Amino acid sequence: MNMMSEAAVEKALDQKMNTVPFKMIGKDVSVYYGEKRALFDVNLNVRENTVTALIGPSGCGKSTFLRTLNRMNDTIDSCRVTGKITLDDGDIYDPSIDVVELRARVGMVFQKPNPFPKSIYENVTYGPKIHGLARTKAELDQIVESSLQKAGLWNEVKDRLHESGTGLSGGQQQRLCIARAVAVSPEVILMDEPCSALDPIATAKVEELIHELRTNFTIVIVTHSMQQAARVSQRTAMFHLGNLVEENDTDKMFTNPDDQRTQDYIMGRFG
Amino acid sequence: MSTSLIFLIVLIVGLAAYFAGRARATASSNGKLSVLHSLPGYHGVYVAIWAVLPAAAVLALWLLVSPFFVESAVRNSLPEDVRNQGGATTELMLGQVMQVASGLKLLNAEELGAVTSGSSSLRDALAAKGVPMANAGEAYMVTSAQKYNTMQDASRWMMSAVVLIIAIAGAVFAVRGINAPFRARNRVERVMLGALLLASSIAILTTVGIVGSMLSEAIRFFQSVSPSTFFFGTVWDPRFSAAGSGGTEGQFGLLPLLAGTLYIAFVAMLFAVPVGLFAAIYMAEYAKPAVRGIAKPLLEILAGIPTIVYGFFALVTVGPFLRDMSAQLNGLVTGNYVNFIQAQSVLTAGLVMGIMLIPFVSSLSDDIITQVPRSLRDGSLGLGATRSETIKRVILPAALPGIVGALLLTASRAVGETMIVVLAAGVAARMQLNPFEAMTTVTVKIVNQLTGDLEFNSPQTLVAFALGITLFAITLCLNIYALYIVRKYREQYE
Repeated sequence: MNMMSEAAVEKALDQKMNTVPFKMIGKDVSVYYGEKRALFDVNLNVRENTVTALIGPSGCGKSTFLRTLNRMNDTIDSCRVTGKITLDDGDIYDPSIDVVELRARVGMVFQKPNPFPKSIYENVTYGPKIHGLARTKAELDQIVESSLQKAGLWNEVKDRLHESGTGLSGGQQQRLCIARAVAVSPEVILMDEPCSALDPIATAKVEELIHELRTNFTIVIVTHSMQQAARVSQRTAMFHLGNLVEENDTDKMFTNPDDQRTQDYIMGRFG
Repeated sequence: MSTSLIFLIVLIVGLAAYFAGRARATASSNGKLSVLHSLPGYHGVYVAIWAVLPAAAVLALWLLVSPFFVESAVRNSLPEDVRNQGGATTELMLGQVMQVASGLKLLNAEELGAVTSGSSSLRDALAAKGVPMANAGEAYMVTSAQKYNTMQDASRWMMSAVVLIIAIAGAVFAVRGINAPFRARNRVERVMLGALLLASSIAILTTVGIVGSMLSEAIRFFQSVSPSTFFFGTVWDPRFSAAGSGGTEGQFGLLPLLAGTLYIAFVAMLFAVPVGLFAAIYMAEYAKPAVRGIAKPLLEILAGIPTIVYGFFALVTVGPFLRDMSAQLNGLVTGNYVNFIQAQSVLTAGLVMGIMLIPFVSSLSDDIITQVPRSLRDGSLGLGATRSETIKRVILPAALPGIVGALLLTASRAVGETMIVVLAAGVAARMQLNPFEAMTTVTVKIVNQLTGDLEFNSPQTLVAFALGITLFAITLCLNIYALYIVRKYREQYE
């Protein structure tokens, strides 16, 4: 009886999830590094105000796909992307699109915390200053406070905003990087294994943060940790050898995946 | 036996020792190489080292020391009155004796007999063999020369014998010590360490020697000219020293030279820093690998051009060009076609020196910029910054300490640069601020004071050493400060 009701709840959730509109749509996305093909016609959509986790063994193309979403692959000379990716129905690979503006709308947090060797305050104001989001010092202060609060770092650093960002602990540095991304008010935040360089306590804090950020932002996260994907995400996509194997609600993915390979990977049979 | 022949024989002994050591090691392993502590090759090298190293050391020591013994013996054989003439004269006679000695070796027995009996003139006999003599020579010279030759030969034979005995003894001693558990590998390692240590200490000791020699000459200079008039004097007018008079009437003010040096270096840096830095930024951040692969070596070729060639370039091309251009400009503006830039000027020297410095600035800065972690670039680009914003706001600030260090290293090169300024800066030692006029530098004056016929006891010549040590101190300070900054910077990312 109990089981039944749980399944019913799950189903209701599924249906609710299915009504959430798409924020970004990837259609037949392929990526080449020189001659080597890294992604094969991936069709993956990202739902608004949802955490989408990308999982899969190393080298499966999940980070590559993530980087196509804000065109960070452009910084690699030999990289070529085909297919179509839209953000709110606008093609982000359209020649008329300004990459810089795109990256302001689709922010990114990296694997290793990479605060600039500047003060905490300057780290957060870096983006807003570049994009002219604040006209006065008071507005900047406001952005710094709200961004650090959203990143759950405000109480820890409010008394030392002008000390170097590189002097923080690893977990604090990563939350500073999240605050830095949030400060630009992006619509989507991409996270490339944001906890892989952090200890368990810092990881827990960042995961909690991701939960909260979901109300304001659409989040795509690459992770190697199954537990993390299960904990933080609502949708999960499984990559293998450059192909999208399966994309599903996270709960379903981890209990009853459609694809045998997903099952094997989650059970730890390969990867 | 000649020295090189002895050395060759020692090497052959060493080679034989190597094989002997190997063979003995192999034999003592009883066919199971794994019981040996070290591979047979190490045993061979160990024995060879014992054969060659002590013998070579004794050989070198002998070659260094024996001339002193022989010379003093010959000096004592000179007649009383010659020895009593003292210092320079005795040395002169001794020199002549050696000259005769080398000549006597060329004579055959018959001619030798004629010379010793006095029937033929020493001077004529030697001249016939191509050995010139300053005067007719004295009778005692032949005796002394013969003594010199015999001693020399004896020393040589003894040396050959001793060295060879030591080589063989060393080899035998080492071979006898070899057995399976012997740690030949570790011993060889220690010798390698010693060799490396020796090489680096030679470099350091040479520096100390250079400083010492400059310092001692500079101190002699400061005995005749007070340091305060040298370091704070504003007039450079060393005059000429009349031979032997050692006159001190000249004025040796360092300041005009220092001003010229720093001014020209400043102009050079003004030119080299922006160009070099921009080139480095382009190379590190924008250039595609193919472009970088070609352009970077090309830029570095500039650094390989001898500075005298830059000097020619300044003297023949840049100087006249600036002079003519200034005349044309002046003519267009005022109607008076008179040049206001001298062909030899601060600007000419600074400009060409700047060109020379570009590769230093760009190459060093390029290395430092590429050391900035990629994650910082990604972080900035990921926030929607453009490339140039990323460079300006993140990469350059992060690389700044390193770049400052690189610029200081470059500046110390500019201060010490000689050939370009000798040809392009002029020789007028004055203190002024017009970059279109000639000024001179410390290095130019060192060259000036040390060219021509010199006597090393007048302040006119010795001042060169005082200038040299001053320059050395300046560049040393710049380098130390630069290294300090670079090291501090390096700690940030490790």
